[in-house]
Amino acid sequence: MWDYTDKVKELYTNPKNVGKIDDANAVSEVGSIVCGDALKLYLKIDDKHVIRDAKFETFGCGSAIASSSALTEMIIGKTVEEVEKITNKDIADFLGGLPEEKMHCSVMGNEALEKALAHWRGEKIADHVDNEGEIVCQCFGVTENLIRNVIRENNLKTVEDVTNYTKAGGACGTCIPKIEDILHEMAGEAKKAETTKADKKPLTNIKRMQLVEETIANVIRPMLQKDGGDIELIDIDGKDVHVGLRGHCVNCMVSDVTLKNTVEAKLREFVEEGITVHEVKS
Amino acid sequence: MDRTIYLDNNATTMIAPEVLEAMLPFLKERYGNPSSMHSFGGSVARDVAQARMNVASFIGAEYDYEIVFTGTGTESDNMAIMGSLAYYRDKRHIITTRVEHPAVISLCKKLEKDGYRVTYIPVDREGTLDLELLKSSVDDDTALVSVMFANNETGVINPVNEIGAYLKERGIPFHVDAVQAAGKVPIDVKNIQCDLLTISGHKFHAPKGIGALYVRRGTRMRPILYGGHQEKGRRPGTENVPGIIGMGTAAELAMKHLPEYATRVNKLRDRLEAGILGAFKNAHLNGNRERRVPNTTNVGFEYIEGEAILLYLDQQGIAASSGSACSSGSLEPSHVLRAMGVPFTSAHGSIRFSLSRYTRDEDVNHVLAVMPEVVNRLLEISPYWDSVRQEGRPINL
Repeated sequence: MWDYTDKVKELYTNPKNVGKIDDANAVSEVGSIVCGDALKLYLKIDDKHVIRDAKFETFGCGSAIASSSALTEMIIGKTVEEVEKITNKDIADFLGGLPEEKMHCSVMGNEALEKALAHWRGEKIADHVDNEGEIVCQCFGVTENLIRNVIRENNLKTVEDVTNYTKAGGACGTCIPKIEDILHEMAGEAKKAETTKADKKPLTNIKRMQLVEETIANVIRPMLQKDGGDIELIDIDGKDVHVGLRGHCVNCMVSDVTLKNTVEAKLREFVEEGITVHEVKS
Repeated sequence: MDRTIYLDNNATTMIAPEVLEAMLPFLKERYGNPSSMHSFGGSVARDVAQARMNVASFIGAEYDYEIVFTGTGTESDNMAIMGSLAYYRDKRHIITTRVEHPAVISLCKKLEKDGYRVTYIPVDREGTLDLELLKSSVDDDTALVSVMFANNETGVINPVNEIGAYLKERGIPFHVDAVQAAGKVPIDVKNIQCDLLTISGHKFHAPKGIGALYVRRGTRMRPILYGGHQEKGRRPGTENVPGIIGMGTAAELAMKHLPEYATRVNKLRDRLEAGILGAFKNAHLNGNRERRVPNTTNVGFEYIEGEAILLYLDQQGIAASSGSACSSGSLEPSHVLRAMGVPFTSAHGSIRFSLSRYTRDEDVNHVLAVMPEVVNRLLEISPYWDSVRQEGRPINL
């Protein structure tokens, strides 16, 4: 049996705001009976963007009912601008947590809210988050965008996490390699963002010289040598790096291009922005 | 409710008081090892032998040594299949069904990865096996056929006697997973003509942690565990003596109570089922009404979800089970219901009630009394109910 919190139990037993609003001006529907859970959300938003009323109808398990109820409680009386910030994690937190396997219920609540607000703004619902992008999981109709959003917002690391939060990959498993690709790609982006951040720290002269030497020796020289060229480091003066091109590079028609696109570009990438390379003709 | 109304007997059963009584001495003063060369242990061996005879007669085995005690039904299933394959090394084909218990299906999936060919025989909308397809799937490469006696989710009974007769003629080893039949309908390995048959103690009022595999005399197989000489080397490891004693007593009691299943329990199940199907137009039966064990009913509710039904029933003190995706944690509804082609719309809302000889009239009365409240409350919450009602579809509660 699931280890539901008392809050979850309270809300599936006595869910609040069940039903529909006849004059709702923001309505959304997510999930489907085939998937095993579905949620219809009705909002009444006034001129001052305040959500005056919210009601729901849910087909689903205990945690789906509780998540729906929690969502309506969280947004009634708030402005659109306030509730736009709500994530699935906020819904789960409101419930005192959900079992990992049930996190997708909170995602469903968040999706319904986003869709309803899009409807209210007059955006074409079909173009919004849920339906945007390629469908990765055919079994549950989960899009790449939804998967990416959920990975980002919840800092997910594994395919299992993604399945728990979105259901994607939970049935036939065909899309698991695709989910792995997305995870790898996003992990790479996160790492790159971190490195770039670290690079922003100003370098000391010594550190800069060391990095320039390393980059020339390990990255740039091998590239040039492939084409029969070579490079010699002559001087480093602050962010001005003086080099001599050797081998085939000497008579190469495009040595200026090499200087800018290879040498300078690589030094800027690996050492520091703002480095300028000067050629010292021998 | 001060007492749980337990209608989940296909999951596990209560230990019969007589079984517990029989076991207690072996959990207390009679803790000897039956293999020991002293009377303290040796006297225990005599009780184990008696239990083995009880289990043998429970399933119609001719010789007591045809019974091998194991840890669980899953272990017996694995031992039957892997043990046979380990002997018939040149044969690389297995036949089973699409509705087997995970103890068989998961193993077969693994064997496929190891290069075995597995034929999964389909079932029809009522869960009935395609017998002709099974027969025509047998070839010279077939090492073993493994078919369940009764399905755990729907209770539907397979034509094991027909299959057994055919395989006997073809000389193909036959394993029957009879875990869900034991104690509910008579089992006779002589009629089935199977070589191997699995039962599990906790499904018929013995404790958990004791299973048995019937191995017909002369059946070729190799052990899957290696160790001491226990169970004639077929399943080494010091015997679970209290469990064996419990299973022996439970088998004896089960035989005595079989007529009660055919009559009282059957009637009670039918009353529960008719009461539900009659009260809710969005409910229908999953599985063949005639060919099934007398204690099980599987009802599919449209427009509401199974786990939610279970949680609401739980609050009324009723324990049942569901084939819904959510209740399993697997995201997909039961493989049995899907194999039967039950639409997802009602597979998600399927509820299994499984009775036992301890189920009383008033238990069924209570379920029938609270069901309308549970179902109507969930229909009120459901987004589908209203549109269905407005469209004038034929469901009126």
